[in-house]
Amino acid sequence: MSGMEIVFLIVALVTLYAALEVVTTNNLVHAALWLIVTLFGVAAIFTLLSAPFLAVVQVMVYIGAIAILMIFAIMLTRGVGKSDQPMVNKNWPVAAVFGFLMFFALALMLIFSGRGNDPMPVITDNGATISALGLALVTPTGYVLPFELASVLLLAALIGAIYVAWRK
Amino acid sequence: MSDPIHLISTWFRELLLGWGLAPLLVQIIMYFIGAIVISLVAMGVVVILIWVERKIAGRIQDRLGPNRAGPFGLLQPIADIIKIFTKEMITPNGADKIPFNLAPVISVASVLLIWAVVPFAATVVGADIHVGILYIVAVGTFGIVAILMAGWSSNNKFALLGAARAVAQMVSYEVPMVLALLIPTLLAGSMGVTSIVAAQDVWFVVLAPIAALVFLITSMAEVGRAPFDLLEAESEIVAGFHTEYSGMKFGMFYVGEFLHVFTIGALIATFFLGGWRGPGAETYPILGFVYFYAKAFLGYFIITWVRLSLPRIRIDHMLGFSWKFLTPLILVVLMVTALLVKMMEGANIWIFSIVMLAANILIGWVVVLILKRMELMRPKRQKFEGRPVAVAPKPPASANS
Amino acid sequence: MIDTWLYIGIFFLVAPLIPAVAILVPKLVAPRKPNPIKLDTYECGLETVGDSQVQFHIQYYIFALVFLIFDIEAVFLFPWAVAFNQLALYMVVEGILFILILLAGLVYAWRKGVLEWA
Repeated sequence: MSGMEIVFLIVALVTLYAALEVVTTNNLVHAALWLIVTLFGVAAIFTLLSAPFLAVVQVMVYIGAIAILMIFAIMLTRGVGKSDQPMVNKNWPVAAVFGFLMFFALALMLIFSGRGNDPMPVITDNGATISALGLALVTPTGYVLPFELASVLLLAALIGAIYVAWRK
Repeated sequence: MSDPIHLISTWFRELLLGWGLAPLLVQIIMYFIGAIVISLVAMGVVVILIWVERKIAGRIQDRLGPNRAGPFGLLQPIADIIKIFTKEMITPNGADKIPFNLAPVISVASVLLIWAVVPFAATVVGADIHVGILYIVAVGTFGIVAILMAGWSSNNKFALLGAARAVAQMVSYEVPMVLALLIPTLLAGSMGVTSIVAAQDVWFVVLAPIAALVFLITSMAEVGRAPFDLLEAESEIVAGFHTEYSGMKFGMFYVGEFLHVFTIGALIATFFLGGWRGPGAETYPILGFVYFYAKAFLGYFIITWVRLSLPRIRIDHMLGFSWKFLTPLILVVLMVTALLVKMMEGANIWIFSIVMLAANILIGWVVVLILKRMELMRPKRQKFEGRPVAVAPKPPASANS
Repeated sequence: MIDTWLYIGIFFLVAPLIPAVAILVPKLVAPRKPNPIKLDTYECGLETVGDSQVQFHIQYYIFALVFLIFDIEAVFLFPWAVAFNQLALYMVVEGILFILILLAGLVYAWRKGVLEWA
C-alpha cells in the first residue's frame, strides 16, 4: 500500500467515525463539534485528490460559516443538554438493511465498471488551475451565466433569510 | 554563510541519508523538524514580545514599565512564565471536559498554522502552496470555533455570552478582511503568498493603501485587540469567554493573543509591505530575514500604539462600523481597483503607482466628505468663548475688612 | 504538490502538540487542591442564579447568516481575481456586476434595519 493510500484510509476512517458520532450522540453541541471534525476530514480528502482550493474553501465556508451558524442556532433553542428521547428509531433494522443494500449496489457498480485501475490524473500546477477556473467563470462560452445567477441566488437567499428570521 | 538555513538543512539531510534511511522518511523527518523549529521560534518571539509590549505600554503611558526582574526588566517574561506554570488549573463543575481542554490548544494551534505559509526570505518558506491566502483565512476560522468551544464548555453564563459576542464580532470583521485580501490577489494574479511577495516591485501599500488600512483594522478586530477588546474587558463582562480558565490554559489564550497580533504584523508585512524584499535580499537570503522581522515588528508596534491610544468601542458601534462602513468601502475600492488595473494594463510602473495612489486618496477624501456631510465626523473644536464656569460669590456688602 | 501539502499535514500534527505539551507540563508541576467553592461556577463572587443557558438574541444568528452569504461571495471572487491578468475588460465588468448585486443585498439588509445590534 502506498503512503497516499494509507493516509486516505486513516482520513476516511476518522471522517466516518465522526459522522457516526454526529448522528448518535446525545448532546446537540457535541454533535455540532463532531460535524466540524467530519467537515475537516472531507477537506483533507479534497487535498488528497489534488484540489487544495476546494479544501480551503470547504474549511472556510463550511466550518467557518455554516458550522458556526448551526452552533448559534443550537444555542438559540433552549434545553440543549442531554436529550431524554430515544436516539434510535424503532425501525432501525429495516433502515440498516436498506442502507447495506444501497452500499453494496454502489460498490459493485463501481468495481465492475472497470475504472478502478485508472491512474489518478496528475494535477500539478495549481496556480494554473485556479486561473483557469476564474477564466471559465467569466467567459461567455463558459460559465458566466451561472456565475451571475449565483449572485442573484445569494441575494435571494439573503432576502429570504432576513424575511424568515427578522421580526420587526 | 549568506544562506544558513539551506546549508544546515542540506547538511542534515545528507546526514540522515547517510544513515541509510529511506528518502521519504528523511523527508518526513525534515518536515517535522522544520515545523517544530518554526513553531518554537514563533513562541520564542512571543516571549520577547511580552517584555516589549509592557515596556512600550509603560513609555506611552508616561511611566517606566517593568524594571525589577533583571536589567531593564528583561527577565519579566521569564517570571511571568514561571508564575503561570505553577498556578492551579481549575476545571469548574459541570464543565464539558474535552472541549474545555481542547479549546486553548486549538486556539494557539490555529495561529501557529499560519506560520507554515509565510515566506521568511527568498529561499525560506514552509510550504509554498498556491492557495495561501484562503488557507490563512481558513485556519483563522479554527480560532473562532475554539472560542465557541471555550465559552460553551465553561458552564458559565458570562463565558457563553462573551463567547457568542466574540464570535459575532470576529465574524462581522471577517467579511471586510477577506474582501480586503482580494486586492493583493488581484494585483499579484495569484493566491500564493510567495507569489504575492514576488510581485511587489512596488509595495502594495502604495498601490492599495485603503485595502492595507482596512486589513489592519479588521485584523485588529479579529484578534480582539483594543480598541475592539470589549470581550475581555474586566469592567464589562468579567473576562469574557476565558472566565473559567486558570493556570496554563489561560496562559495559552494569553500567549495565543500575542502570537496572533505578531502574526498579523507579519501578514501585513508580507501582503502590503513587501515581505522579505529589500535592497540585497535576493542575493543574501539572510538579509531577507532581517527585513521581514523588522517589518513585522513595525506592524506589531503600530497595532500596540493604536491599542494604547484609543478608548474602547461599544459593541453596537463596532458592528455597525464593520457592516455599514468597512464592507461597502472595501467593495467600492475593489471595484475601482479592478477597473483601473484593467484599463492601465501595460502602463509604466511609475504612472501605474501614482494613479493607484491618487485613486485611493480620492476615495478616502470622498469618504471623509460624506462622513462630514452626514455629521458623523465632528468638526474641529470650536473656540472657547470665555464663559466662566463658576463665579465666586460677592462678599456681602456689610462685611468689615 | 503533494510534497508541500505533506508539510502542511505534518504542521497540523505539530501545531496542537506544542500547546498540548505546554499544558501537560504544568499538570505535573502545578498544585491541585480542589474544594467545592473553587470548583463553583463564577458569577461575580455570588451564588449562581438560574440556569446556565442564556436566552440568545436572534441577532447573533442573523449576523452569522449575512456573514455566510458574503463569505460565499468572496469565494466566488477569488478565482476571478487570480485570473485577472488574462481577462478582457468585459469580463472584469461581469465580476463588478457580481459585486454590485451583492452590494445591493447589503444595502437592503441595512435599510431593513437588520444590521443593528440588539
